[in-house]
Amino acid sequence: MTSPNIRLDELVQGESAVIVEIIGNDVLASRLMEMGLIEDEPISMIGRAPMGDPTEYAVRGYRISLRKAESNRVIVRKGS
Amino acid sequence: MVQATHPSNTVFTVALIGNPNTGKSSLFNALCGMNARVGNYPGVTVEQKVGRLTGTSDLIDVIDLPGTYSLAARSADEAIAVRVLSGDLPTVAKPKLAIVILDASNVERNLYLFSQIYELGLPVVVVLNMWDRVSIEGLTVDAALLAQRLGVPVVCTSANKRQGIEELKKVILRSLHSPVAAPRPEQLARSQFPNAFLEEVELLSQWLVSMGRKPSTYQVDRLLIDSDGHFQKAICQSGLPGIASKIEEARGRLNAAGCKIPMFETKSRYAWIRNLIDGAVVRQESRSASTSDRIDRWLTHRWIGMLFFVFVMFLVFQSITLFSKIPQNGIEWLQVQASGGVEAVLGPGALRSLIVDGVLAGVGGVIVFLPQIAILFFFIAVLEDCGYMARAAFVMDKLMTTVGLSGKSFLPLMSSFACAVPGIMATRTIESRKDRMVTLLIAPLMSCSARLPVYILMVSAFVPATTYASGWISLQGMVLMFMQSLGALVAIPVAWILKKYFFPGEPATFLMELHSYKWPSMIVIYQRVWERMVAFVVRAGTLIFCTSILVWAAAYFPGDHQSLDQSVLKLEELQSTRSNWTAKQTPTLNEEDRSLIEAALAENQAALDLVSEQVNRQRSELIQTSFLGMAGSWIEPCVKPLGWDWKIGVAVIASFPAREVIIATLGTIYSLGADQNETSQGLQDQMKMARWPDGKPVFNLATALSIMVFFALCAQCSATLMTIRRETNSWRWPIFSFVYMTTLAYIGAWLTYQCFVYWG
Repeated sequence: MTSPNIRLDELVQGESAVIVEIIGNDVLASRLMEMGLIEDEPISMIGRAPMGDPTEYAVRGYRISLRKAESNRVIVRKGS
Repeated sequence: MVQATHPSNTVFTVALIGNPNTGKSSLFNALCGMNARVGNYPGVTVEQKVGRLTGTSDLIDVIDLPGTYSLAARSADEAIAVRVLSGDLPTVAKPKLAIVILDASNVERNLYLFSQIYELGLPVVVVLNMWDRVSIEGLTVDAALLAQRLGVPVVCTSANKRQGIEELKKVILRSLHSPVAAPRPEQLARSQFPNAFLEEVELLSQWLVSMGRKPSTYQVDRLLIDSDGHFQKAICQSGLPGIASKIEEARGRLNAAGCKIPMFETKSRYAWIRNLIDGAVVRQESRSASTSDRIDRWLTHRWIGMLFFVFVMFLVFQSITLFSKIPQNGIEWLQVQASGGVEAVLGPGALRSLIVDGVLAGVGGVIVFLPQIAILFFFIAVLEDCGYMARAAFVMDKLMTTVGLSGKSFLPLMSSFACAVPGIMATRTIESRKDRMVTLLIAPLMSCSARLPVYILMVSAFVPATTYASGWISLQGMVLMFMQSLGALVAIPVAWILKKYFFPGEPATFLMELHSYKWPSMIVIYQRVWERMVAFVVRAGTLIFCTSILVWAAAYFPGDHQSLDQSVLKLEELQSTRSNWTAKQTPTLNEEDRSLIEAALAENQAALDLVSEQVNRQRSELIQTSFLGMAGSWIEPCVKPLGWDWKIGVAVIASFPAREVIIATLGTIYSLGADQNETSQGLQDQMKMARWPDGKPVFNLATALSIMVFFALCAQCSATLMTIRRETNSWRWPIFSFVYMTTLAYIGAWLTYQCFVYWG
């Protein structure tokens, strides 16, 4: 009974999900992982900036702002 | 590492390192006072900050390393941090101790950097800073349990309140003087790495040793993990045949074995951290975080968030213009008083001119910036410390990405509309080096307040006072607005070109922490403002001062000032006679005396007019024959296509140190005396009457526009250039700014003039 995988930037305000994977092995992917975005980690969407980008997320007990170009590298699975 | 007996003059070095926004600079100031030695690491534009630990007889230097999330050594900051910690830099002694500062309200993520530092083999002290936030954020952190599990001393501090600092100093001293057991391999996060990786590291280490190299385990780890990282580049450049293919082969084998690079590293480290903090860091339903989220709901709201942002910016810049007026007028008043004092003591001559027109004008030219710097940095410190600054960057990011920058560039650029000097200093808040450089290089294009007097003079004298829409829109106002925005418009393509050709590479990532809102700390604000002011006066001020003296000398020599000095002396005598007569004009005078005094005054006035005209003429002749004037005549062929005569050329050259000087210089050249301002009718009339040898007027709309365009785009401000020099620690960038802006200004002015002449 698992929901389909989506990209992190598809989450709407207030939704939570669990990280499935980070795409790529470049600097950006490493940065995201160093900031604690690792598989099986829960993440939730707090809100978007007035012009629709970037977006604020909550992960590992802190808040992080990610641009769409960054958050669409993160594959998540919506929680129950 | 025991130093039982050491000579009292031995200097120990310790390094302070941590994530950005952990209060590292507050802690540094708390440990070392405000007397840091600031410089740059050789060859890179990374700031090196060293202070001496206070409150101890031991000589302990604290190196403040740049804030970083990881030691993966991909950026210049990270590479410097690794090299300092491993004693790899020839100019910096290897630290005896690493003080790792963690944000106590975000221990989990902050321990990531710690896990890497711990593997370098240095003794470590952990500081849990922002300890006062722990209970507010609904956390329980067991520092003793953490210390036991980590096997290193753990100290809790609130650096912005000066709490826990004495305890930390004691622990630093104890750790330096007593032996510290090196961590056992199984204590390190590295013990969680897959066996396949550890074996590859072993293989590569053996091969490197057989090639005569002695790399540390940490270096070999990084060689394999970081594709194109600092260590790989360094070792490939060091001329070791076959190293590149060795690394590639090892990576290939690891991938085949299912050990994904670089993912396994972060995964292993965070697994290690989870184990470590289990039961030691407990997060309850956090009240503060939800309050902060609720504030964010409004402050980043589609409409309200935008309005609030505009309101904050409005408040900041209104305050700068409003509150800096009074101290700036005070500074100008002091300068006038001081000049008056000197003139009372010293007779006219080279020494008096040097002191009044060179030294006092130079000192005034430095100090006049201080009120703006203080006010801007007061607001920046408040906004940063309370947490709104990150939200401002969050709100503006989308807009700024359209020109290839990030939200963090907005405030420095906005500040530059008041003055580029504090604006350039504010680029320090931008972590990405490329974004910071581009922002810093386009900041001087923003129309600063010193350009306004020039625009006002030109617009009110040469732009017709036509109005449209039954008086609501005036042509003068439109031209003024266009000039104010011209620099910003030109900055868009300039930023794009700089980004594409001078700072190429992937766009900087914008992973930004958004801390919970909190009340700003007064100590932090005071320190931030003080640091910036001292930095400006000491590092940029001395250079601005020197430039002022040089330009004074160019305008003063080699002319013979004897007859001018005599005329000035005569003028001053006449003025004092005049005030004597005026003092005698009391209401109790009889008719005869009154008419006597009036006659004397009238005679005095006539003499005064004659002599002051003579003084102005002599001044104007002297500036024409000075080095500056000669330069003006030489460049006339160059400025003629812009519609300028040599007088404008001289005035523009003289205004390279500070653009607002042009009005005083024009006043001098047109023999009106230097005390002209932008609305002086005399100056406007003289300019209107100026003629080319063939009788055509020098100034018309085309000339005025070409001068304004030139001023809008040119880098005529030594303070700005010296600040760029200070902030980039290289002469390359101020020279670059000067050349590109002057070229732009020349081309812009030329196009403007030629178009207007062609189209009539």
